[in-house]
Amino acid sequence: MPKDILIVDDAQNIVLSLEFLMKNEGFSVRVASDGDEALKAIKEQAPDLVLLDVMMPKRDGYEVCQTIRACDDWKNTRIIMLTAKGRDVEREKGLALGADDYVTKPFATRELVAKVREILDMESK
Amino acid sequence: MGLAWQWIVPLISISYLGLLFAVAYFADSHSGKSSSLINNPYVYALSIAVYCTSWTFYGSVGRAAVSGVGFLPIYIGPTIIAAIWWPLLGKIIKISKGNRITSIADFIASRYGKSRGIAAIVTLIAVVGIMPYIALQLKAVATSLNVLVHHLQFGFSDEKFASPWGDTALFVAIILALFSIFFGTRHLDATERHEGMVAAIAFESIIKLLAFLAVGLFVTFSLFDGPSSIFKEAFNDPQLIDLMGFSALPGGYASWFSMTFLAMMAILFLPRQFQVLVVENVNENHIRKAAWLFPLYLLIINLFVLPIAFAGNIIFPNGGIDPDTYVLTLPIFGEQQWLALFAYIGGLSAATGMVIVAAIALSTMVCNDLIIPALLRFQLLISEDLSRIILNIRRGVIICLLMLGYLYFRLIGESYALVTIGLVSFAAAAQFAPPILFGIYWKGASRRGAIIGLVAGFIVWTHTLLLASFALSGWIPESFLTDGPWGITWLRPHALFGLDIFDPITHSIFWSMLVNISLLVGVSLFDKQTAVERIQALNFVDVFEQGAKGGDAYLWSGSVSTFDLKRLVARFIGPNMAEQKFSNFIKINRLVLPENGQAPSRLVAFAEQRLAGAIGSASARIMIHSIVKGEEMDLEGVMRILDQTSQVIEYSQRLEQKSAELEAATQQLKQANTRLKELDRMKDEFISTISHELRTPLTSIRAFSEILHDNSDLALEERQKFLGIVIKETERLTRLVNKVLDLAKLESGLMEWNTVQIDLIQITKDAIDTTSKLFEQRSVKLEITLPEKPIMLYADQDQIQRVIINLLSNSVKFSPEGSGLVRIGIRREVDGIGLEIEDNGPGIVEDEKIRIFDKFHQVKDQSGENLLGGSGLGLAICHRIIEHHKGHIWVESEPNQGATFIFILPTTKPKNS
Repeated sequence: MPKDILIVDDAQNIVLSLEFLMKNEGFSVRVASDGDEALKAIKEQAPDLVLLDVMMPKRDGYEVCQTIRACDDWKNTRIIMLTAKGRDVEREKGLALGADDYVTKPFATRELVAKVREILDMESK
Repeated sequence: MGLAWQWIVPLISISYLGLLFAVAYFADSHSGKSSSLINNPYVYALSIAVYCTSWTFYGSVGRAAVSGVGFLPIYIGPTIIAAIWWPLLGKIIKISKGNRITSIADFIASRYGKSRGIAAIVTLIAVVGIMPYIALQLKAVATSLNVLVHHLQFGFSDEKFASPWGDTALFVAIILALFSIFFGTRHLDATERHEGMVAAIAFESIIKLLAFLAVGLFVTFSLFDGPSSIFKEAFNDPQLIDLMGFSALPGGYASWFSMTFLAMMAILFLPRQFQVLVVENVNENHIRKAAWLFPLYLLIINLFVLPIAFAGNIIFPNGGIDPDTYVLTLPIFGEQQWLALFAYIGGLSAATGMVIVAAIALSTMVCNDLIIPALLRFQLLISEDLSRIILNIRRGVIICLLMLGYLYFRLIGESYALVTIGLVSFAAAAQFAPPILFGIYWKGASRRGAIIGLVAGFIVWTHTLLLASFALSGWIPESFLTDGPWGITWLRPHALFGLDIFDPITHSIFWSMLVNISLLVGVSLFDKQTAVERIQALNFVDVFEQGAKGGDAYLWSGSVSTFDLKRLVARFIGPNMAEQKFSNFIKINRLVLPENGQAPSRLVAFAEQRLAGAIGSASARIMIHSIVKGEEMDLEGVMRILDQTSQVIEYSQRLEQKSAELEAATQQLKQANTRLKELDRMKDEFISTISHELRTPLTSIRAFSEILHDNSDLALEERQKFLGIVIKETERLTRLVNKVLDLAKLESGLMEWNTVQIDLIQITKDAIDTTSKLFEQRSVKLEITLPEKPIMLYADQDQIQRVIINLLSNSVKFSPEGSGLVRIGIRREVDGIGLEIEDNGPGIVEDEKIRIFDKFHQVKDQSGENLLGGSGLGLAICHRIIEHHKGHIWVESEPNQGATFIFILPTTKPKNS
């Protein structure tokens, strides 16, 4: 069964690119364009991994991350945070809130894919 | 002719003086009460008329007979200065009352640190300077008496004149000395004013005025047919015509000026004038009335001077009769013996008034400022009751003064006209003007400056006038005048340093005032004042300010018992008086005297003031100091301590000021820091936001580029789609970069503006054309309401068009697709004209209305969705552009009711850009 990945970002074109990349790797992909949609999708079915943008309307990435980590049901869900704000403080904040990794936009697609694989492989072990 | 005039006249003279004494006695018995005779401005003004001495009474006519209107400056001066009596004299009186000033020497000494030295110098100058004046009065009385008796006895025959009593002047001197003693030194308490004397002086002023008027009326209307007949006759005489002009006065205009100046100073600073004006003043408000009553008195007493002078010159044409005696000789010529006698009484009044007041004023000064300090120094005042001793000293001084005056008269008086002697005295009194006037208006005037100025001025006066007058009377060789002392020509008394364009009086005034003032000011500027000097300078200059009075009380921080203090004062003013004054003071001030009997410093200061009233401020200070414990510490020591104290106070004041400044600076720094932090935060946020805005399109571009690169097997359709995204995002990125650069230019002022006259209607139409495609795409309707006529403005056409396009694009984006409606029209406000663009979109909540014009503020709908998808820079740029044109841009909106964006531009031509 393919791993389930949830892509959360308010920038449509970035969602499109991530969707293509993940599908290309053979993952099952769902998308959400803001924090509320993301939580709704998670409640429906907990994904194996969330690619989570930080700056979004309504509910930002940190809040979503926090909500996921607060619930025991979703402890197996991995989180990679994506941000266009390249400051260290953002990275630290994301990791502190329980994200598994942190990627700065614009990212190298190969590296991102490798990171996703790595995190999911570790999980499978 | 049968009357024995040589006995009648002296008898009447003595009787008149007796009458005066009765007046004085009567006034004294009412003194200090509500029925006080002298507590009104009329008596005050009349007492000031002691200014008019026998010099006025006889001398004015004498001077007018020789130099025409030349007698006038002596009366013009006081009239001028009376105009500023209220501020000037008022200040002097207020200071004097506060400091219990007893004489002009005391006033000057008190101002300059209660200095004994300066008191002694002023006293010496006064005695030397006034001595000729007293001699002048003696001469006047003696001469008038002799002349009157002679002509009454023998008419105008050429019979050789000889005094029937031998040395008349000596008798006159003795009698005047006795009367001065009666008037001035009857009180045991020397601090009281001399109310009796003032009443007698005022009475004499009435008598001399009436006598002079009587003579004037008689001469003008009885001997002649009115003033016109006198002047008509005078015009027939070529010698008399010369007297009508100003040229008659030797020295011309310079002389007029110097005489007027001298008289201005003399009316205030002659010791006797200071006595009646300041020391004897009951109420400061009397000055207001006296300031016009006294000039009126001068006017009246001078009315008949010229008629009498001309009448005398007409009637006694050959110079056989001294013009100084016309007032007496003209009535006798008219066979009005009793009128002549009345005139003589008037002259006697004028002379005795001056002598009595001058003698009292001078005796106070000599006693307080010369004799008592000397006795104190040699510790000769050992008696318990000193008040009687002091009064006796004063009596002795009065006798000495009149004897000296007599001696002076004997030495040189005979050789001199009345008026010149008077002016010599005026010139001496004028030396007091600089230290007093500078002293009460300039805190910087110092004791050393005053002393050096006074001494130098006095030396010049002595040399140019006194010694010169000795030379003129032949008492010293005449070569002193013609060749200068020791043959040094530039020291000639009437032409110092070769200055020979002035008459002697003007010359002397010029040099003495020059050295007096310049040394006073010059030395003071480089001098360091002592503590007492500084305090007194403040007390004098700032006398009208609150709390200036009695500021030196804390100088007496040493300890002394109340008993000792009272005993000291009692020695000078008598035990009963001292007891009464002390208990009054203690009661009024509600002083609680401590058990150990230590006197509080205020009581010590009070005792000093009481003593100052009796023996002058300089001596009082020394007396008090002699009993305050810690005697070994001299006055200098006290001053040093005070100096240090004041330095500490000054230092702490400076510190306080510094700390206040520091606090203010800290506050400013805090504010600046807060502002900087805010700016830093904004900059941080800006960078963070711009980073986000740039990275988002870059992310898409890079991602799709890599996808395209890595996946060569992509379907053509997908490949085209991805490339389309890359292109769109690149365009977006380009627009964004352009906007950021524009904003940066706008903010840094580097934007190049091309301000010309533009037609708002035309550029609006152009903007509508440019955006018409957007409207079509979203099926939004545009309603245009624009006037036909152009609207001309001064602005940058491209930038304003950019604003309009931006607002129109926004309105399209906000309007609902399909049902959207945008209206555009002209908006007029008081300060200009512009456009309004209304949409029917979701509207803008209150909070956002201002913030939407901030950089990177992206407009979100109520759910928080970023509707514009824009950079958040468009409105910020619009805002800057409109702001640059000195206009306004704002939004009016209700949620769900659409939004209206308005901008207004001023219609006037901008001054710059």
